[in-house]
Amino acid sequence: MSETILQVKNLHTSFPTDSGEVRAVNGINFNVNRGKVLGIVGESGSGKSVTAYSILRILDNPGRITEGEILFHGENVVDYDKTQLRAFRGAKVSIIFQDPMTSLNPVYTVENQLVEAIRLHTPRNPRQARERALEMLQLVGVNEPNKRLKQYPHQLSGGMRQRVMIAMALACEPDILIADEPTTALDVTIQAQILELMMELKNKLGMSIIMITHDLGVIAEMCDEIIVMYAGRVCERGTAEEIFYNPCHEYTKGLLHSIPKITVGKERLTPIAGSPIDLLNMPKGCAFASRCDKAMKVCLNTPPDEIRINNDHIASCWMNVKPVSGKTQEGESKQ
Amino acid sequence: MSEYTPDTIPQKRPLSMQLDPALFEPATASEKEQHDIMRESTTFFRDGMRKLFKNPLAVFSLVVLILLVVVILFAPLVVPYGYSQIVTVNGKRDRTAANMRPLTYSEKEQESIDAGQKVFPHIFGTDELGRDYFIRVIFGARVSLMVGVFASIIVLVIGLLYGSISGYAGGKLDIAMMRLVDIIYSLPDILMVILLSVVLGQVLGDSLQGTVFASLGNNMISMFIVFGLLYWVGMARLVRGQILQIKNNEYVLAARALGASSGRIIKKHILPNCISVIFISTALQVPSAIFTESFLSFIGLGVQAPMPSLGSLANLARSALQVYPYKMVFPALGICLIVLSFNLLGDGLRDAFDPKLRR
Amino acid sequence: MSEHLLEVKDLKQHFPIKMGLFKTRMLKAVDGVSFTIDKGETLGLVGESGCGKTTVGRSILRLYTPTTGTVRYNGELITDKNIQGFRKEIQAVFQDPYSSLNPRMTVGDIVGEPLDIHKLYATPAERKAKIDELLTLVGLNSDHSRRYAHEFSGGQRQRIGIARALAVTPKFIVCDEPVSALDVSIQAQIINTFDELQQKLGLAYLFIAHDLHVVHHMSKRIAVMYLGKIVETASADDIISWPVHPYTQSLISAIPIPDPKKARARRRIVLEGEVPSPLNMPQGCAFRTRCRYAVDKCAQETPKLEMLGEGVGHEAACWNPQG
Repeated sequence: MSETILQVKNLHTSFPTDSGEVRAVNGINFNVNRGKVLGIVGESGSGKSVTAYSILRILDNPGRITEGEILFHGENVVDYDKTQLRAFRGAKVSIIFQDPMTSLNPVYTVENQLVEAIRLHTPRNPRQARERALEMLQLVGVNEPNKRLKQYPHQLSGGMRQRVMIAMALACEPDILIADEPTTALDVTIQAQILELMMELKNKLGMSIIMITHDLGVIAEMCDEIIVMYAGRVCERGTAEEIFYNPCHEYTKGLLHSIPKITVGKERLTPIAGSPIDLLNMPKGCAFASRCDKAMKVCLNTPPDEIRINNDHIASCWMNVKPVSGKTQEGESKQ
Repeated sequence: MSEYTPDTIPQKRPLSMQLDPALFEPATASEKEQHDIMRESTTFFRDGMRKLFKNPLAVFSLVVLILLVVVILFAPLVVPYGYSQIVTVNGKRDRTAANMRPLTYSEKEQESIDAGQKVFPHIFGTDELGRDYFIRVIFGARVSLMVGVFASIIVLVIGLLYGSISGYAGGKLDIAMMRLVDIIYSLPDILMVILLSVVLGQVLGDSLQGTVFASLGNNMISMFIVFGLLYWVGMARLVRGQILQIKNNEYVLAARALGASSGRIIKKHILPNCISVIFISTALQVPSAIFTESFLSFIGLGVQAPMPSLGSLANLARSALQVYPYKMVFPALGICLIVLSFNLLGDGLRDAFDPKLRR
Repeated sequence: MSEHLLEVKDLKQHFPIKMGLFKTRMLKAVDGVSFTIDKGETLGLVGESGCGKTTVGRSILRLYTPTTGTVRYNGELITDKNIQGFRKEIQAVFQDPYSSLNPRMTVGDIVGEPLDIHKLYATPAERKAKIDELLTLVGLNSDHSRRYAHEFSGGQRQRIGIARALAVTPKFIVCDEPVSALDVSIQAQIINTFDELQQKLGLAYLFIAHDLHVVHHMSKRIAVMYLGKIVETASADDIISWPVHPYTQSLISAIPIPDPKKARARRRIVLEGEVPSPLNMPQGCAFRTRCRYAVDKCAQETPKLEMLGEGVGHEAACWNPQG
């Protein structure tokens, strides 16, 4: 078991708005271990991006962490002051975003932006920083790096821009790279290139990755450990094998059954009924209950606790619990 | 945070609830439905109005404007003086009633009060000819507001038509139409207004006598015409920009695929979606028009005497500023109040309705 | 030989792009595309961004006028056919459920618009009845017709879009990435809706998407496009199991598989290089700059779509097909 470098404990993040409080993250727990890839899977509104922004404390203004701890090597990031945050962001934990066109500044050259990232965190003079920038571009597989340095973001293709983003994020060799839907906007063949690059870099630099996406295929390819999120809560947490071959939460099961699989014959898909939840009107009880065809009365009243399935696997679903009352034992397997 | 294994649940935990096996029955469909709450329906309009009323400045200016309109409409019914009527006492012209301070009476009026007659107070005093100033300011405000509103409407209609045709047609027609806009934009407006007023004054001459417009005077009419000729360009550009933006939305493409005609697309799809921006721009156009009118009246090109406008009143008050400051204060305050209220209201409308500013 | 419902022959769509004050280059968005679709059948059109699949859809819808080439619907050239009549036969569902519905119109008006345009009712009561029927057909509630589009989720909005397309009882629908913008669990709902409607109403679809999993599920046959040309056409299963064109092979190997063991066991073909700009396409085969099996002939002559063997229904445009 490798060392745990990041621990998120009972994190709650919400956004007070005109229409009420949007509870984007509602008490999640997970760990990130050295050299491992953690995948966060969820659909829109699940809170996965907000989780990433909470870790880096880059939430949009009214958003606030209302409860919980984020322990990086034992220190609580939630308590960091401005100086500590500056030393933390980019240097210890970096992030790459979905759309490289809007996350790169269109009026500065690639060199400018890379060098800025490098000089913010390491003591290098401009010449050394430029050399390092060249190194980084070669590391991420950008061809003709000298030429690319002088170019502007709009002159590069989508895949190239994402590589530049990765170069910027890795310039200071962070412990953790957070990738927020990094390939969603890219073509499939380019996505394959980028994912392969990320795995290569992970092995070379020994860093951990938090991969946030809604694409179950990407998750299966890349991740060692997975958490499935819905409405700001962790439904299920476990290794990739456990999640895919032994899903214990009805939402996870629903997701896995609703994606068309090329290998299986053309049978009707079994979608999850209903629509994603409105975060302004959180029901009591399990957030998924109204869409779940196995929902029980307890699901509507009480949010489920984390139930340990085995050493590597936790699910927050009442279906995994066999109630034992005084006299009778309801022994039906509910899996 | 407690952990359970799949096989057992602790039977009695003093500080936690007992898990009732009955709760593990499947939930019925109706129970699940109640679980799922749909937010109440709001239209874009209602949502925007709600936001508008949360803005204190906007609400305040709306109240001020409404009060102003009420006063302007009803004051002449209360105050027994006309705007061109020289104060008379017992049927005879009262020469001592000129340039009176607010809320004072002339000697002759004082005499008639002592004799038991009722004389309505001069709330703002009187002007140099002995006319009640309050009613003159009220009528002046009326004229200013009317000018502001009508000029804005003219600008709206012409600009909307021109801008939508140009924006929707695109291509060479659009380019040509916009070059015309550029030319008109570069003309110096005050100069044009003055020139046109003079020319129109001669052209229209006496042809307007006896019509409704006579009371406004040639200058006023030429001002309307000038507004119609010159000031629509800003609105045209705005409308064109909006249309260009909206034209690229997928629902316009969908409408084309459904077989909608261009007219239908403009009427039903494009215009309703830029209405809020246009509305806001019009609201902000009113104070600008009032200001222009006041300025023109100030330099003598506005309404014809005896019809007052706030600007002309200010002009007349200029010469006697040191002696009778109140004569300048009231019309100036009037202008400020109207312009400020419209501006604040327009800002409030923009914050509430402008789609670009919404989260 | 039954007549095809839709027959596209050598469709070309070129757009002039100004490159400077006096220079104009042709953007060959679609450069010679041919395929057929029969009644009640679905043809999937896949490709990455810039391959021209959306342009093909729009050309068929007569939203663009084809530069050259013919499109025949029921044997008749679509440019000959009266446009209003045409719009009642071929309809479209668009990609973005958030921008393809007018935010100022109620759901009822959105779905009723085609009824209004083509005057498909005699009384207001009839109009309302038709709108209610359409909403129920796509799985929505008839009392949703008074609400506005922004109150619904992505999947429900997409249903509204489908209801709108069905209002004129078309026989053929061009689906332009209809599920790409939706969450995974909702995609399945909408895909099922498309399936049900096809069975119930005998619709034919041109299903344009970039997600091969979804396209494989929906389509009987699939055509793969690259830089404005079709590189391979075959039945859905054949495209997946026996891809012959090097691009199709790398496309399939690039798709992430939602199954950890299979994903790790798979041999992946990673394409080198970037997609060339459609303004500056390579001579001969457009794919040869990234193809590991390129031979000399590929630079000299552009390959045409040719049948591989008789009656197999599998075509590829390649001088050096693999497999």
